[in-house]
Amino acid sequence: MMKGFLKHHGASNIAKAVILLLALIFLYTPIMTLVVYSFNESKMVTIWTTFSLHWYNVLVHDSAIISALCMSLTIAVMAASASVIIGTMAAFVMVRVRQFAGESAFMLFMTAPMVLPEVITGLALLLLYVTLGDFIPVFADRGIIAIWVAHVTFCSAYATVVIRSRFIELDTSVEEAAKDLGAGPLKVFFAIMLPSLMPAEVAAFLLSFTMSMDDLVITSFIAGPESTTLPMLIFSSIRRGLSPEINALAAIIIFVASIGTFIGWLSMVRKQKRIAADVAKAQAEAKRERESSMLGGLRG
Amino acid sequence: MPISALNATQALIRRKLNAGPRRRRKAELLLTRREVTWRERLVILVPYLWMILFFLMPFLIIFKISLSVTEIAIPPYSPIVTFEDGAMQIILHLENYTFIFTDEDGTYMKSYLKSLEVASFSTLLCLFIGYPIAWALSKCRPATRNIMFMLLIMPSWTSFVVRIYAWMALLKKDGLINDVLMALGIIDSPIHMLQTDFAVYVGIVYCYLPYMVLPLFTALLKVDYTLIEAAYDLGARPVKTFFSVLVPQTRSGIIAGSMLVFIPALGEYVIPELLGGKGSILIGRILWQEFFNNRDWPLASAVAIVMLTILAIPIVIFFKSQRKKAEAA
Repeated sequence: MMKGFLKHHGASNIAKAVILLLALIFLYTPIMTLVVYSFNESKMVTIWTTFSLHWYNVLVHDSAIISALCMSLTIAVMAASASVIIGTMAAFVMVRVRQFAGESAFMLFMTAPMVLPEVITGLALLLLYVTLGDFIPVFADRGIIAIWVAHVTFCSAYATVVIRSRFIELDTSVEEAAKDLGAGPLKVFFAIMLPSLMPAEVAAFLLSFTMSMDDLVITSFIAGPESTTLPMLIFSSIRRGLSPEINALAAIIIFVASIGTFIGWLSMVRKQKRIAADVAKAQAEAKRERESSMLGGLRG
Repeated sequence: MPISALNATQALIRRKLNAGPRRRRKAELLLTRREVTWRERLVILVPYLWMILFFLMPFLIIFKISLSVTEIAIPPYSPIVTFEDGAMQIILHLENYTFIFTDEDGTYMKSYLKSLEVASFSTLLCLFIGYPIAWALSKCRPATRNIMFMLLIMPSWTSFVVRIYAWMALLKKDGLINDVLMALGIIDSPIHMLQTDFAVYVGIVYCYLPYMVLPLFTALLKVDYTLIEAAYDLGARPVKTFFSVLVPQTRSGIIAGSMLVFIPALGEYVIPELLGGKGSILIGRILWQEFFNNRDWPLASAVAIVMLTILAIPIVIFFKSQRKKAEAA
């Protein structure tokens, strides 16, 4: 099998299938169990009685959860929008401007928020807000705007990575042609670069949205007593133990996220197929043209 | 610039081009350097200022506050700069740091070491589990690869807390794993799994595995398999071929993946809090307790600064590997 690990081999196909199967079992058992038990009627989380939607009913009538959800959604949409704008700017700077004073620091600022432990970032931001709070009231009451600022800071780092990887692939010749024809830099950006960047912009938006929806630690540090986001609510509830209501909520989150990922994946695959088809068509046309010109040459 | 000066600079740059590879790359970039327009400056400024204000500044403030002591006041720490009789006084306290290093119970030092142990061991676990997965994924046919790729990353798009919660339900004393093992007759009485280090490792591997698999997968896709055939033809054994051909070719992926697991795992709070027991006191938990339970902000800041110092080396390694990737592209 070791040999197969490196070479194309009959045994390697089996090894491949076994590895992937084990990986999927490991990844899906926990969340699937959760989904199944969310339909359990019993108040006891681990003992199965009968199928019921009881806990879903309890869930939609829980005003605390609904308001936390609304707060999380509002912040996530706002944070994702701002992150995509900042991320596009940062990606432009990294790919097109490249050389400028303080470039190293710029790169570090745009990478570090992704890896730093959240407890550090959370504490640091809170201390900043406390300091700024003396001058700017928005930061003093640590509400939705303060949380939004914190989320934009780490989400834009992720957005930058996603958008940059697409930016690198852009064909500069079209931009240069547009510039030669007299288009200004803004026009070039909105009419030429942005449409080609669109898939990455959407991906970056979705990633930032998920990151923001998901953040617990940083938000816990900075959120004032009035603000509770959905992860904070779930966390404080499961610290007290398992609850069937949280099972139902978790199942909904898993369901929505899976649908979202699936749609995203499907559109990506379609796009890839379209590009592949276009390339094949172009190649076939080029071949036909070459052949016909050769034939023409023969005739002439 | 006069022509002679231009020629002189170019000559200088050419001389640099003949120097080592590192210098050469710098010189090459200098040759292609151009003026940055004011519009571009504006584009640089927005993300730059944002990050200076909300990323760099907080760290300077954390450092400042780590040098003060806790006080019953709002905010709950002593001011560093005070004005007395018209004279400015700066008082820096190093107590927090000496306390961390010389605390009688050694709580802080122990939890730093424990965090290092857990982070290193989970990084290795992720590498050993993630490498075969990334390999298997890279060897699939493109259509299968697309589907498998989606299936592998789908769980990480669901909420982090929910994924930890799912493991709490599985690892409980009357949870699914114990039930299945008892039903199969493998064990007689339930194993205590939740609130142990084992559960913490399971949680970290489960949540951070994609961060390891993705860079490895990207690196494995670029591997030149003819080199492996060549190694075999020259009589190398599989193990040797793996370490001398495959590992060097996927080095960038191994480094990036390991850092993406190690750095956040070192400061992990949620996983040890929910899955770990009394013994899994990691430094992230200590920081949280000092801040939320003891309300000792200066001590929490000092704990964070020491953690950052430990992380400086891995962060630089990660940053350099990312830069290399960016330059290669």
